[in-house]
Amino acid sequence: MSDAVTALRGRSFTGMVTVEDAGPVGMVTVRADLADETVRAALAAAGSDLPEAGGLTWSDDGGTLWMSPDEALILCAADEAAQKASALARALDGSHALVADVSQARIVIRLTGRDALVREVLAKLSPADLRASAFPVGRVRRTRLGQVAAAFWFPAEGEAMLICFRSVADYAFALLSNAAAPGSDVGHF
Amino acid sequence: MSHRLPSGGRLIDRDVPVSFTFNGKTFKGLRGDTLASALLANGQLMMGRSFKYHRPRGVVAYGPEEPNALMGLGEGKTFEPNARATTTELFDGLEAKSQNHWPSLEFDLGAINARLSRFLPAGFYYKMFMWPRGFWKHVYEPVIRQSAGLGQPPRKRDADRYEHFNIALDVLVIGGGIAGLTATLAAAAAGAEVMLVEETAHWGGRAAVDGGEIDGALASDWIAEMRDRLSAMSNVRLRTRTMGAGVYDHGYALLYERLTDHAPDTAIPRHRLWKVRARQIVVATGAIERPLAFAGNDLPGVMLASAVRDYVVNHAVVPGRRTVVVTNNDDGYRTALALKAAGLEVPAILDARTDARGPLSEEARRAGLRVLTGRGVSMVEGKGRVETVYACEQAGDGTVTEDFAADCVAMSGGWSPAVHLWSHAGGKLAWNDDECMFRPDPDAAPRGADGEVFVRAAGTANGAVTTQVVLRDAFAAGQAAAEATGRRATGRAPEAEEEVRQMMVPVWIMPENAPYKRRAKAWLDFQNDVKVTDVELAAREGFESVEHAKRYTTLGMATDQGKLSNINGLAVLSHALGVPIPSVGTTTFRPPWTPITMGAIAGEARGELFQPIRRTPMHDWHEKNGAHWEPVGHWRRPYAYPQGGESVHDAVSREVTAARQSAGLLDASTLGKILVKGPDAGRFLDMVYTNMMSTLAPGKCRYGLMCGENGFLIDDGVVARLDADTWLCHTTTGGADRIHGHMEEWLQTEWWDWKVWVVNVTEQYGQIAVVGPRARDVLEAVGGDMDLSKAALPFMQWKAGTLGGIPVKVFRISFSGELSYEVQVPAGQAPALWDRLLEAGDPFGITPYGTEALHVLRAEKGFIMIGDETDGTVIPQDLGLDWAISKKKDDFLGKRAQERDHMTDPLRWKLVGLHTLDGSVLPEGAYAVDEGVNENGQRRTQGRVTSTYHSPTLKRGIAMGLVERGPDRMGEVLDFAKIDGGVVKARIVSPVFYDPEGVKQDV
Repeated sequence: MSDAVTALRGRSFTGMVTVEDAGPVGMVTVRADLADETVRAALAAAGSDLPEAGGLTWSDDGGTLWMSPDEALILCAADEAAQKASALARALDGSHALVADVSQARIVIRLTGRDALVREVLAKLSPADLRASAFPVGRVRRTRLGQVAAAFWFPAEGEAMLICFRSVADYAFALLSNAAAPGSDVGHF
Repeated sequence: MSHRLPSGGRLIDRDVPVSFTFNGKTFKGLRGDTLASALLANGQLMMGRSFKYHRPRGVVAYGPEEPNALMGLGEGKTFEPNARATTTELFDGLEAKSQNHWPSLEFDLGAINARLSRFLPAGFYYKMFMWPRGFWKHVYEPVIRQSAGLGQPPRKRDADRYEHFNIALDVLVIGGGIAGLTATLAAAAAGAEVMLVEETAHWGGRAAVDGGEIDGALASDWIAEMRDRLSAMSNVRLRTRTMGAGVYDHGYALLYERLTDHAPDTAIPRHRLWKVRARQIVVATGAIERPLAFAGNDLPGVMLASAVRDYVVNHAVVPGRRTVVVTNNDDGYRTALALKAAGLEVPAILDARTDARGPLSEEARRAGLRVLTGRGVSMVEGKGRVETVYACEQAGDGTVTEDFAADCVAMSGGWSPAVHLWSHAGGKLAWNDDECMFRPDPDAAPRGADGEVFVRAAGTANGAVTTQVVLRDAFAAGQAAAEATGRRATGRAPEAEEEVRQMMVPVWIMPENAPYKRRAKAWLDFQNDVKVTDVELAAREGFESVEHAKRYTTLGMATDQGKLSNINGLAVLSHALGVPIPSVGTTTFRPPWTPITMGAIAGEARGELFQPIRRTPMHDWHEKNGAHWEPVGHWRRPYAYPQGGESVHDAVSREVTAARQSAGLLDASTLGKILVKGPDAGRFLDMVYTNMMSTLAPGKCRYGLMCGENGFLIDDGVVARLDADTWLCHTTTGGADRIHGHMEEWLQTEWWDWKVWVVNVTEQYGQIAVVGPRARDVLEAVGGDMDLSKAALPFMQWKAGTLGGIPVKVFRISFSGELSYEVQVPAGQAPALWDRLLEAGDPFGITPYGTEALHVLRAEKGFIMIGDETDGTVIPQDLGLDWAISKKKDDFLGKRAQERDHMTDPLRWKLVGLHTLDGSVLPEGAYAVDEGVNENGQRRTQGRVTSTYHSPTLKRGIAMGLVERGPDRMGEVLDFAKIDGGVVKARIVSPVFYDPEGVKQDV
């Protein structure tokens, strides 16, 4: 399938940390009042437990990211996105909700390495508070990366996942690779 | 003669010689030198020429306050202008050049400016702008521009790397002297996360030079121990070569780290700009010694007293063999004692005070130094450097009492706390009469959004003078900062002995009654060449506000921002105005503390990272196929695809013709796509569009217009109704994010209770327009499960299905006037579909076309383009789009604005087509001139060109324009002015040049 290749075409770079194309990921946006019990129950029934504000639920199969009080991003296997979107739409039928498959609109980049260095690379480009105490595993931030919008989270210590728009995939990759240039460790975190 | 003492120098390593060049000549220094100390060690006292008069200047200071010793460093790709020699650490191979002289430092033609100084008074520029009128342009500007100015801008692309770094923490302490170390200890001991930064490479500040004891240990030992103790704490971060550049609202601070200036390496970042969000900021930036204003105080060899002893103690460098010390306070004696201890001569200490009985004066006398009280400097003379110092009564008019042969003058006019960072975020100052200084006003500290203090000054920066008070003050500041972050502080401050001292006396002009000719040689601002008489002239000419006097005289406006001159200058101003110093006040302190590089500000944003370039799914194909690019927002879109040796113009014509005659293919992926869904979505769209969208049936499309509240057109596009409660709104390429934000704003602020969700799905899809009489044939050749016949999919309808096995939505909409299908396809599969279409379309002559062909095609049809026909002042009615403005709706955004008088004025300029009589292409943006002139004496106009192209279809120039009452004046001929003079005649015609009945798009 042609969509098995992302806009990053599998690129990777290793410097202070490794920056790599995380490959195709299924992504479904849900706009709904996340405080509404009916909505929460419908999403849970469709297999997407809603995290608390600013958080995410995460497993190997995917996860649910809290994006705002009325927006969640459901992650799943790339080839399951369409089904996931229809399942969610069905589950939310009757609630005021908008479900859209946005798998192709965004790309996912994975950063791996020493936890402190992964955080340093991101801190060079984003104003988010990247102290482990302020941004532990289990939290997600929508913020900016250089000059583009991005969201990221730490699935585990020493690993960050980052989402940005497809059209700026090359920019984001170049930005992160540049920030991870060997020898530019800050030594702060 | 060596200018390096045989022993001593706490910062130098005599075993490591360092080679460097100055103005092309090779010199030797030692590891641990600064460029300034190394030049002094080589007897190179003169380091530059002044800005205005090109006077020879030597180094005056030891640190960031240095006004004179500005250098161009490096060459070509690593060239850096205006670097202070005092803050430049020496490294092997450093290349330095002095600035502002021609042809050489020693012999400078520009120095003739000094002879003309009476023609270059304060306010020179302001006066010359006024009179005589022609002089500025023809005489002053060319001449002055040549001779004035500091460093040259770099001419090559910077070879170095730069980066930013964002952090958040509890307490940021700026300044690594004993106050900063103590404040850090206090805050860290309470458990706060603390970062301490020091702009130099060394901890300890002045205490390391001036000695004394802290907690029973030598100050230098205490500093080393404190550094070790702090670096062992996990909640403390220490960083040298990192300057506090600015403090802003909300605890935001900028730090400027210089990683490789002392050891160049282009592989790692040269400068790092730290963007810190601190809950509390402690400013422990010390104080700056003030010069004294006596005649000849700018001669090389006249230096700040503290700088003289810094060079001696830190680098074992001899600024002078015979140094006259002139002071109005006890601290100046420290320099005399340091010089004496180093075996150098001090012929006299001139103390402006009428008696000198403090412990330091007594110590000087015991050391055999000659102390003259009530004395000052009448003037200093010498050829290119200090040779003779004339002493006088400070209270007198400068009558010489005694002269001294000397090669150096160490001056101390007292100390001013470095309050800059305190002041950046709004901290106020209070005048302290005893110490003659502005110090932070503790009752007017910078406060955050919560109303609480977030900047605290500590130590000397807070006006503390003795070590004991500094330590107690800094400890308290550190504790208070920690407590403000919710910690509980305990412990006691480091201790120092109580110090007895004699108070200073203020001396702003030396001697007190210096005559004019002396005051005219007494410099206040060395870098900008401002003298005592200049400030006095400003006062006489009515520049009573310190801010006005600053700008009139340029006092404090150079790259040093008046670090040495501000307080002296405002004191002279207050004296001239006869008002007390505090009522004159200071000028505004603004970031940065000292200049930071443009590279640091840009950070990573250079080269390919200068700006994000947005790429459509087909970007690679366009690139491979010779696209001539056009930036559209952050996107790159193919403007045209020139083939072989074809010109861009010819390519556009070929592409237009193909779309008209066979089939064209356009990457329209950049078009905005916004999903709008919910029970109130129809009502919402009826508000944001001028026409009715709620009545659109599922499966159908409608062209819509969007206006802002002020009635002006902001965007347009085709809306498709997807199902009972979902609409898809197409926006312009540049409008996608903006219109998405516009919709969210109305939904979140005004119509928060409407049930509508909006999602921007622009990038989820590629969009490919298949255009032309053979468009249907092409799609059918690709194959799929869709019936694309006119009956099954008529104009302005859409359908979902598959094409070549790829899921698509096909919209029968046209921006070209041809039979046209816009195919929406998941972005990842868009390149595959593009390839299929090219392949299947080949027999039909399918031709990819770019944005310029798109423009020509739409202009031939009279379709407007947001940004061409609109410019933020155009309403839909101006463009003849009344048909798209619903008369049935009670309201929509812009409705009321469009009913205002000005909007309904029959004289408004309205859209028409334009045909040049000679068939040529009208100039872009040309104005139609009218008879007569307006109230400004300009030629009247009656219209302008908004779009103009060569039409390959009609084989002539076509244009659209806005013309006064245009639609009522069909057939009239207007004159359009050309840039190079002359006019082009064009006839007003219908803007629809091609297929006015619209039959071709509806087949």
